Amino acid sequence: MAAQLGSLSLVERDDPGASIIEVMVGFARTLRHAGVPASQERLQAMIAALAHLDVTLAADAYWAGRVTLCSDPEDLERYDMAFALYFGAQRATEGRRIPPPSVARAAPFEPAGGDPHDERTSEQPKFAAQASRHELLRHKDVSALNPAERAQLKRLFALLAPRVSARRSHRYRSASRGRVDLAQSVRRLLRAGGEPSQLARRRRRTKPRRLVLLMDVSGSMTPYAEALLRFAHAATRAAPARTESFTLGTRLTRVTRELRLRDPDRALAAAARAVPDWSGGTRLGDTLKAFSDRWGQRGLARGAVVVLCSDGWERGDPTELGEQVRRLARLAHAVVWVNPHKGKDGFAPATGGMVAALPHIDSLVAGHSFAALEELVQVIADA
Amino acid sequence: MHPVKPELSDPTALAAALGDAGYLADIGLATAAYLGMKMHRPIFLEGDAGVGKTSLAQALADVTGTRLIRLQCYEGIDATQALYDWDFPRQVLHLRAAEAVGVTGTDAGRALEESLYDRRFLISRPILQALEEPGAVLLIDEIDRADDEFEAFLLEVLADNAVTIPEIGTIRAESPPLVVLTSNRTREVHDALKRRCLYHWVAHPEFEREVEILRRRLPEASEQLITEVATAVRRMREADLLKPPGVAESIDWTHALHLLGARTLDRERAAATLGAVLKYQEDSVRIRDTVLAELAG
Ligand SMILES: Nc1ncnc2c1ncn2[C@@H]1O[C@H](COP(=O)(O)OP(=O)(O)OP(=O)(O)O)[C@@H](O)[C@H]1O
Ligand SMILES: [Mg+2]
Repeated sequence: MAAQLGSLSLVERDDPGASIIEVMVGFARTLRHAGVPASQERLQAMIAALAHLDVTLAADAYWAGRVTLCSDPEDLERYDMAFALYFGAQRATEGRRIPPPSVARAAPFEPAGGDPHDERTSEQPKFAAQASRHELLRHKDVSALNPAERAQLKRLFALLAPRVSARRSHRYRSASRGRVDLAQSVRRLLRAGGEPSQLARRRRRTKPRRLVLLMDVSGSMTPYAEALLRFAHAATRAAPARTESFTLGTRLTRVTRELRLRDPDRALAAAARAVPDWSGGTRLGDTLKAFSDRWGQRGLARGAVVVLCSDGWERGDPTELGEQVRRLARLAHAVVWVNPHKGKDGFAPATGGMVAALPHIDSLVAGHSFAALEELVQVIADA
Repeated sequence: MHPVKPELSDPTALAAALGDAGYLADIGLATAAYLGMKMHRPIFLEGDAGVGKTSLAQALADVTGTRLIRLQCYEGIDATQALYDWDFPRQVLHLRAAEAVGVTGTDAGRALEESLYDRRFLISRPILQALEEPGAVLLIDEIDRADDEFEAFLLEVLADNAVTIPEIGTIRAESPPLVVLTSNRTREVHDALKRRCLYHWVAHPEFEREVEILRRRLPEASEQLITEVATAVRRMREADLLKPPGVAESIDWTHALHLLGARTLDRERAAATLGAVLKYQEDSVRIRDTVLAELAG
């Protein structure tokens, strides 16, 4: 086990408690991406709580996290799911009325696990070891995962809830309070024959932005395609009406409808069937143009947060790609480029396509590992 | 009262002490309460009606050998009911008495005015009482019934463990009270308040624990009646009722059945006493056709 843990080697530390706290902090981060508002302040409270308990016990860690990070019954479901997935331990549900989601009942990372209450009796390194294995998996490049790891990671995607935060639209709607709408008031005044009537008021309307995901599925991106599609599925589940997904290769395919299937595996299979050009070549510039012509220009990308996932390997003309990204950037509220190679040592955006696109994008993020995709959730939320 | 304060070294020890005081807490609730004591943070309890939120506070006071100070919230509650008020009739009496002996002159006048706001005319309401009584347990019950403004006010007091009375000065708790807040979720409580607290959702007890609670509360009831009631109540909670029965209801039901001489749960007596456990006509109709229909006649 120790050899397997390699550089992380959390369980080999002298103080197993310190490593658990580290892991719990990572766990809180995951929880935040899963939609539980586990703020920095709450994180501090969790660490303070752990100091009063026996952190090497799963039950103590579970409760310290739960009473400090959650604040609503709705959080609990996500918390339980995250905890089960993260630590391979489950809690007895104790007659809660909301049944835990079926994912939580799926086999945890380790076949052992069970109820953390029982773990007071079992040896403590197991809990720490599972937690550190999890951390390792979270940071591992998804292209290097073995089938077992891939299966484990699959379940973690159920925790992601990528969503764009609500925007303040420039349109106003009528309201009984808020700023006085002069034009409307004058109209009313005239209609009333010059008699002053009620002032019309208006308020800014908050309208959520759309999230558009454009995923390169050409040969060089094949190792990342599954993870990216799972990410897209999580986003679709979080906001079905406001998420649009497309694959880019030698041609453009819209997979929005396929990804709306609830079950992630079925959704991915359906998307895979819909895409005719898996692992083929790339003509990024051309397919982006096709996107803007057919969809983007007509409103789909207007004011949206557009996430383009590609390594930037371009068979076609890089200047065309640059031009198309510029066009997209003009339509969209923000363009985020996800390049899995950014997570690798010594990365510089040297491919011709990337260089041409760089001046027009708002942020460049990695996306090669689950942890990197969690960061992407944050970038999307902040866009 | 418990004169000897047990050594509460961890959540399990606290759960055991609560058990001795007649309250059977699961490890989650015991951990929340334990952390509340250790971290000096309020405990925020939410859960269905009758799951034991209020009685936990009493049990905590018993265990720590202190007094329970309770503030029941309601719509329109404000600082004069929660914190302090001036005893106006007594102030008036004091003023009259001073006038009768003939207080004159500006200095004497000012002194008189000051004496009107003497500590003895101050009426301490629950929060002030709790700040002044070392280690008290302060129960702020059903906070969801109070208004937003009251929440904001509460937030301030809880943050400082102190109150400032303009005429007297700041009163700070020597050792802050253990605060238990409860909510029935009739309204969303503001996150600013929740953030200061340890949050715990109080679930209905699992079967074994409920049986144990019933045994303790009604030692005279038959064992079979108790397990059958606990089973039936558990099924009712799964039935998505308007008001799922809490522990309070299962205690009442068992009690009613016992008074009718029941040693087991039979359909006829269950139907006759259903009002003890279900509070809505719609719920009763549904349960009569499902859970009760399956009971032995
Ligand atoms: N864990 C427990 N151990 C012992 N008695 C319990 C327990 N839980 C509940 N009870 C009993 O159930 C009854 C109801 O409890 P309580 O009034 O505390 O519930 P509550 O959650 O505050 O309800 P409400 O929301 O209606 O105020 C009380 O008589 C209490 O003694
Ligand atoms: Mg109560």
